Amino acid sequence: MAKVKSISKTTDLSFPKTPTGVNGLDEITNGGFPQGRPTLICGGAGCGKTLLSMQFLIKGILDYNEPGVFMSFEETAKDLSLNVKSLGFDIEKLKQQKKLVIDHVRVERSEIDEAGEYDLEGLFIRLGHAIDTVKAKRVVLDTLESLFAGLDNQSILRAELRRLFRWLKEKGVTAIITGERGEGMLTRQGLEEYVSDCVIVLDHRVSDQVSTRRIRIVKYRGSTHGTNEYPFLIDEDGISVLPITSLKLDNKVSSDIVPTGIPGLNEMFYAGGFYRGSNILISGTAGTAKTTIAAFFANAQCMRKEKVIYFAFEESPDQLIRNMKSVGLNLEQHIKKGLLLIHSSRPSLNGLELHLLTLRKLIKEFNPATVVIDPVSNLISVGSPQEVRSMLVRLIDMLKLNNITAMFTSLSQQNEHIRPDLSEDSVSSLIDTWITVRDLEGMGERNRGVYIIKSRGMNHSNKVREFVITPKGIELLDVEYGPNGILTGAARRTNQLNKKVSELKLQEELGRKDREITRKRNVLEANIKALRNEFESVQEELSILRASEERQAKLFTDVKKKKR
Amino acid sequence: MKKAKEWQLRLYIAGQTPKSIMALDNIKKYAEEYLKGIYSIEIIDLMLNPQLAEGDQILAVPTLVRKFPEPIRKIIGDLSNEEKVLVGLNIKPLIQ
Repeated sequence: MAKVKSISKTTDLSFPKTPTGVNGLDEITNGGFPQGRPTLICGGAGCGKTLLSMQFLIKGILDYNEPGVFMSFEETAKDLSLNVKSLGFDIEKLKQQKKLVIDHVRVERSEIDEAGEYDLEGLFIRLGHAIDTVKAKRVVLDTLESLFAGLDNQSILRAELRRLFRWLKEKGVTAIITGERGEGMLTRQGLEEYVSDCVIVLDHRVSDQVSTRRIRIVKYRGSTHGTNEYPFLIDEDGISVLPITSLKLDNKVSSDIVPTGIPGLNEMFYAGGFYRGSNILISGTAGTAKTTIAAFFANAQCMRKEKVIYFAFEESPDQLIRNMKSVGLNLEQHIKKGLLLIHSSRPSLNGLELHLLTLRKLIKEFNPATVVIDPVSNLISVGSPQEVRSMLVRLIDMLKLNNITAMFTSLSQQNEHIRPDLSEDSVSSLIDTWITVRDLEGMGERNRGVYIIKSRGMNHSNKVREFVITPKGIELLDVEYGPNGILTGAARRTNQLNKKVSELKLQEELGRKDREITRKRNVLEANIKALRNEFESVQEELSILRASEERQAKLFTDVKKKKR
Repeated sequence: MKKAKEWQLRLYIAGQTPKSIMALDNIKKYAEEYLKGIYSIEIIDLMLNPQLAEGDQILAVPTLVRKFPEPIRKIIGDLSNEEKVLVGLNIKPLIQ
């Protein structure tokens, strides 16, 4: 027991960390930056170093009540406060509350001459004074390397920087030092030599004309951390880092059933719908009503007073609403009630990861029970199938974790095979329920059929069901068998007609036969009567004959008696 | 030399360190030599008044600031290099 205790104690004491206040960054650093130590953030121009550090300070003040000092070597306090105002941070207010000090250190080479030995005690005193005034716990130095441009004596500078970092550690403040990315080195002046506890690299990359910002932890002494490059997003709420895939598959599952929104389709699943929290893929070629099915699904959830986000990558909200009106769906009412959110954007608007971040963010804000993404296949235009797959894995992970039911539609290429093509294969293993809608061609017309490819954990119908879209909605038709399988469209109707005709014919035939029998019976009975009559007349004749014979014989004996 | 011009010098130090003392001795020596009677030196100890460092953008210590005549000039270091100080303060052309 004692052993166990001591182990848990050491893990508790392992490493004090300061939460960064940046969405997702705490997750990949396992809790934040090292407390009381300096962290180096480096990267090229415009990759968000200053913003990240400013967010670290401001969130520290607002969320963790840790005052901060921002020492800027580049931008003036006024510029800084303007820059972050657009992100909704009010620096002036924090300054008045004595929670934040912004000190702009101007190093103007033309004004300064060097004559003899000196040190940077002035900087130390300024920083120390600022820290003491607000009792700061967090300090940002942005960008120290400007000193190298302003001062000649490199050996003094380097010695003083080393002293500065030691001094910061003694002060017990959690510091961020930013540095420009250098060639072959993390920073231009090799700051990483001095700051050895935690080094983070920011990167801004453009591939296929789509830019993605990425963050990577190069080094984190004394702590485990995520080692990958993680994309991050700068938007109106500041920086958020894309969290990682949860590597475990241990999400809780629900046995609740949610309806599909289409009566006939519900019946194809023997449980009457989809499992809550499962994900559903609807694949099909162009014009097979994938969007309509998805909209009906969304509608059904809204009817049950559950929130839905509909991500449309092809249509604008207004267009979607108008189109769905034509099949009898009123999506507008749900939007007004706040149950439905339609978010439209072009896939090429930004990189895949940013799409994922946007999805994540909206989902977090809106807190829906159901999410529809229409279509996922469009995203392939932004990334390779592999990237799309990795994004979907992350998305599905996140949705499952939150027990959100998700429906994806996917456009597949028109091909001969009944099985879908490769782009879907890449996601098929992630999908719980897979429905395919397809064209059924024959007899000079095109009809739509729906069938279920798979449905994990649920028995389902194996039939291809034809469906029609009417102004009242989607209707699944009863199965009609012909000599060569299931009949659809005109063939189905012809078959129905033929059946009716032959039925009528049969009725007629039966009637005729009935009448014939009656007639035959009448003839029979008449015959019997005639025969009986004949028989009776013969019988009568016989008895007459017999009587006359007797009379003759009597007469004969009478005559004989008289003669004698 | 024009009489009306008074040289205002300001020396920032951080405590009585050898460098500060040396800088003070040096600037007094140069001033006496080249600017006799037309200069004033103000000494600011940042250890006592840390808030004053921001005003003149002081980083290094010791720093000598020429407040007047304009433009403002700064010389950092213990001022042991006489040549550099005189050039930096723009005294050199005056005496030639």
